[in-house]
Amino acid sequence: MKRSERVDRGINVRSEGIYAISSLKEILYLAGPRMALVLILFLLPVVLDSVPYWKRVVNIMLVYSLLAISFDFLANYVGLVCLGCSFFVGVGGYTSAILNSYLHVPIYLSIPLASVLGAVICTLLLLPCLWLRGVYFAIITLMYPLLLTRVIEALNIFGGTNGISGIESLPGNDLENYIIIVVMLAILFGLRRFVNQDIGLVMRGVKDNDQSIRASGINVTWIKTQAVFIASLIGCFAGSYLVHLYIWAGLSLFALDFSIIPIAAVTIGGSGFLIGAVVGSFILVPLSEFLRFFGSFRIVIYCVVLTLFIVFKSEGIMMYISRRYHQFERWVDV
Amino acid sequence: MIILSAENISKTFKGLKALDSVSFQVEEGEVYGIIGPNGSGKTTLINCITGFIRHEKGKVFFRDKNITKLPPHKIARMGITRTFQIMRPYFSLPAYKNLVIPLWGPRARKLGGWRGGGKHGDRDTVAIDILEEIGFERDSRVPYKLASTLPTGYLKRLELARCIAMRPEVILCDEIFSGLSVGEIGGLIPLLEKLKLEGVTIIMVEHRLRELFKVADRVMALQFGEKIAEGKPYDVIEDSRVREAYLGSDEV
Ligand SMILES: Nc1ncnc2c1ncn2[C@@H]1O[C@H](COP(=O)(O)OP(=O)(O)O)[C@@H](O)[C@H]1O
Ligand SMILES: [Mg+2]
Repeated sequence: MKRSERVDRGINVRSEGIYAISSLKEILYLAGPRMALVLILFLLPVVLDSVPYWKRVVNIMLVYSLLAISFDFLANYVGLVCLGCSFFVGVGGYTSAILNSYLHVPIYLSIPLASVLGAVICTLLLLPCLWLRGVYFAIITLMYPLLLTRVIEALNIFGGTNGISGIESLPGNDLENYIIIVVMLAILFGLRRFVNQDIGLVMRGVKDNDQSIRASGINVTWIKTQAVFIASLIGCFAGSYLVHLYIWAGLSLFALDFSIIPIAAVTIGGSGFLIGAVVGSFILVPLSEFLRFFGSFRIVIYCVVLTLFIVFKSEGIMMYISRRYHQFERWVDV
Repeated sequence: MIILSAENISKTFKGLKALDSVSFQVEEGEVYGIIGPNGSGKTTLINCITGFIRHEKGKVFFRDKNITKLPPHKIARMGITRTFQIMRPYFSLPAYKNLVIPLWGPRARKLGGWRGGGKHGDRDTVAIDILEEIGFERDSRVPYKLASTLPTGYLKRLELARCIAMRPEVILCDEIFSGLSVGEIGGLIPLLEKLKLEGVTIIMVEHRLRELFKVADRVMALQFGEKIAEGKPYDVIEDSRVREAYLGSDEV
């Protein structure tokens, strides 16, 4: 009889602490995947130069990556399941639109300003719910975008159902791509570094059990506040970027898509990696573009793909790939 | 000098009187035992003192400061630490990273954690030192194992380690001996005595009376949320009401 056995590759990079890197091969082994990601992203706009439509898709893909990172961070590193990423998108988007269109703040200021201001607004609005746990927090975050949509509609503020137009567009075709590529990479690598620091450890502690965090003299609400600020900063940037991409801000910024697709992306990409969120978005967004050919049947196929995925590869792609990368399988006699 | 004093603490859970006007005072540097049958309100008392639940009546003083209404993290920051009867480690983290969290906390960052360490980002090494002190074999892989894979004996000690990491003034232990082998308890008692010598006040809720009496200076007995006796360990156990409370249980 034979059975398969998993063996770690010779280079022991997965132990914590100090790596003993001796050869170029090992450096490549370690940095290779990261460099590959950077390279692919930087080449994408060049490769797709003749098909501007797909260059747009790349942007959308990266926007969803950011949202998925934000979801993954909150859910798997802090334990706050946020079903309302579109809340961040909407607040960031509208803030940017108001700054740019109403107050004539130039675009290179309105995007960063809207990200920070929007994040402050989101954090303040979520502050009263931070003591809620599990599903209760999830439900509240699901309500927020719906609530804001109705408020804007009912009070007919910020252009009401017409939205806000007359927004400055992003500069030049390639720059439009590279802005979001650079920001996405910076956030991805920055956040990965952050979660491995002691403060990131404390956040994971909050997820594990907040009672012990309290017993350690740490204010749980304050830690959660910081985490929500980081997540909404990412989401608000995405919203603000979208608004300048579409040169229009409307109620569709609060659409369910912005909440659901990131979650789906994290599910198929693999949760708790951050990079899994990116991989998932890179699969789901182009897939949904391809499926446009199928018209309204598209959602059905989309759902079937998702379901199959969850059933057969529930660990997520990243888990699978990284296992394959760090270990190899061989058949041994029993 | 009195370091901790509780005055008339009462707590009711939906009509059930868990604590009925309990008062006691603990001297600085003392080991103070709290005994009583299951359900007599010992854990609830610890929860009230450390702010994890709100009691309706009564006051708690730390030195001369009224800490009655303070949230748990503020009480912990003053140096009043506690363990949980149902262990609450960070299951997804390695054992030593469990201690990095209290070392990162405001108290340890300001004053220095255990023996003043952990102030300058050297939290990992300080964490390993504490684990060694508490009986995790330093050269084994145990300190690096995920908390979720550790047996009860280690998790109980990890609870105590979390308190020690914060350089506590008071430690409230909720049944840290239960679930430990006689040998493991034998390893902990010298540590508790050492902490006492260093001036730490220890309040121990305990079922294992024989082991408790080795370290306790004074003992209080609770029954149905009421204090029924207080005094030297062997005097308390001779008290008729305490005998009655424990009657039928073979724990004495
Ligand atoms: N959160 C709670 N809600 C309702 N009743 C509780 C709660 N915590 C404790 N009790 C009750 O209070 C009494 C004292 O419990 P506890 O303090 O855990 O006892 P001990 O630690 O001495 O075994 C018990 O009757 C218990 O059922
Ligand atoms: Mg108890």
